[in-house]
Amino acid sequence: MSVFEGFRFRHITSPIHNRDPRIKFLFVLAMFVIAIFFTEFLPLLVLFFLPLPFVWIAGVRKQWLRSLRGAAFLASFIFVFNFVFGYFYRSYPSTTTLLEYSLAMTLRFLVLIESFSVFFLTTSPDHLSLALEQSHVPYEFTFAFTTAVRFVPVLAEEAQTIMDAQKARGLELERGNFLKRVRNYIPILIPLIVSAIRRSLELAEAMESRAWGASSKRTNLYVLKIKLGDLVLLALAIGLLTTGIYVRYFVEIPLLSTFLPQLPF
Amino acid sequence: MIEVKDIYFTYPTGVEALKGVTLTIKDGEFVAIMGQNGAGKTTLVKNFNGLLRPPKGVALIDGVSTKDVSVAKLARTVGFVFQNPDHQLFSETVEEEIAFALRNFGFDAATVEKRVTWALNLLDLAEYRKASPFMLSGGERKRVALASVLAWDPKVVILDEPTIGQDHRQKENLRQFIVQLNEQGKTVVIVTHDVEFVAECNPRVVLMREGRIIADGEAKRILTDTTLALEASIVPPQIAQIFHGLAFLGFPSDVIDVSEAKKLLVEHFRELRS
Repeated sequence: MSVFEGFRFRHITSPIHNRDPRIKFLFVLAMFVIAIFFTEFLPLLVLFFLPLPFVWIAGVRKQWLRSLRGAAFLASFIFVFNFVFGYFYRSYPSTTTLLEYSLAMTLRFLVLIESFSVFFLTTSPDHLSLALEQSHVPYEFTFAFTTAVRFVPVLAEEAQTIMDAQKARGLELERGNFLKRVRNYIPILIPLIVSAIRRSLELAEAMESRAWGASSKRTNLYVLKIKLGDLVLLALAIGLLTTGIYVRYFVEIPLLSTFLPQLPF
Repeated sequence: MIEVKDIYFTYPTGVEALKGVTLTIKDGEFVAIMGQNGAGKTTLVKNFNGLLRPPKGVALIDGVSTKDVSVAKLARTVGFVFQNPDHQLFSETVEEEIAFALRNFGFDAATVEKRVTWALNLLDLAEYRKASPFMLSGGERKRVALASVLAWDPKVVILDEPTIGQDHRQKENLRQFIVQLNEQGKTVVIVTHDVEFVAECNPRVVLMREGRIIADGEAKRILTDTTLALEASIVPPQIAQIFHGLAFLGFPSDVIDVSEAKKLLVEHFRELRS
């Protein structure tokens, strides 16, 4: 569950937490686009270090590191797959170039994870729903979205309880061959799904009894306003995007592997 | 026999749930672990079957440390019925639900069949044998959960909050059932804050507060001790409250049992009349 930990919001304030979620999202989107733009190692490395000052200012280093650690398994998976397939299809001039390419792909994945992690770590679900609403997303959708985000830790806790209950009935999750192990999870998934459905029905009833959807036009107590800091962040996002595009089309990106000794296989 | 010696437990969230608990439960005992929410009751009993293992101190089940055995192994001796039956029901039929644990423990088909029938009859569920556990009422689901544990006849039965969501009649049935189990020689441990239920069962009471045991003894003594009740944030049973208030008439103040209360009152009125 450590990946989820890296996306769970905690109520603290910082210059990053206070930014308008819409602008923050634009910045993340810019990171995203630039990351997709490049397949070379060097620009992705730069991109990887870019969110570090934000993490520092926001004071979420621990959780952010945890999300990276949670992503480590998938990242190593991506690396191995790129490397193995590249090696067998011989689509690269040398093994060193392939190595660099595989590392770059892994880094790209990490850039996506880390930027989203910073976004979710510094944006409260309430802020997020407010931003969605002010971007004219129907309230039904924003509500469903924020509720889903909010229920992730609840479900994680429930999954643990269910696991305990089944273990107490002699279930051994780690026993048997691969297929048996997958089947071992049935006694955990079914109660989890059933209780999630029950919970959502109860929630729906509770909402309706509190006049959910009674008036079509909702007003909010808090309204998001763009402040100076948000404009600075917006400028940064635009700057990032233009620099990225410029480098992509007008600058020759050096491959690290041309400077390194070639691997012997 | 369950022995825990000076165990500590802290959750990953930083909550210190147990701060040095030492407790011995002998074979055949009936123990109620009480205390307010967050006192560490459930955390303590989860140490009895290895679901939690103390980082400091030891938990011994029949002399074997829980650190050396898997939960599945310990479960054979220590049956644990969870608070919410919905956290364990998953099968298509009640019969399958009860057979699940038996199959996990490797009983042969004939024994599974025999035990399932036995457990269904024990909890008066025979008519629901082929029904889906999800279609049953709350009380019935709870009984299925109980049956699914009792089916393998564990030496120790732990019930976490058995009375929650049960109506009065069901509670009374449950009480008789638990007492009966205990009389047949099973060790029964219940975790509850239902004082009335405990007063009627009259077990040994272990009172907890903030991760420590603050009192341990017979229900009669502990549930009528007003200082302890205040400390552990429990309200004494109604009978105890009445007799506490009647102390000025010369009544004893350690009465929790309905029949004892009736006897004392009848005696008192007889004396008044004569």
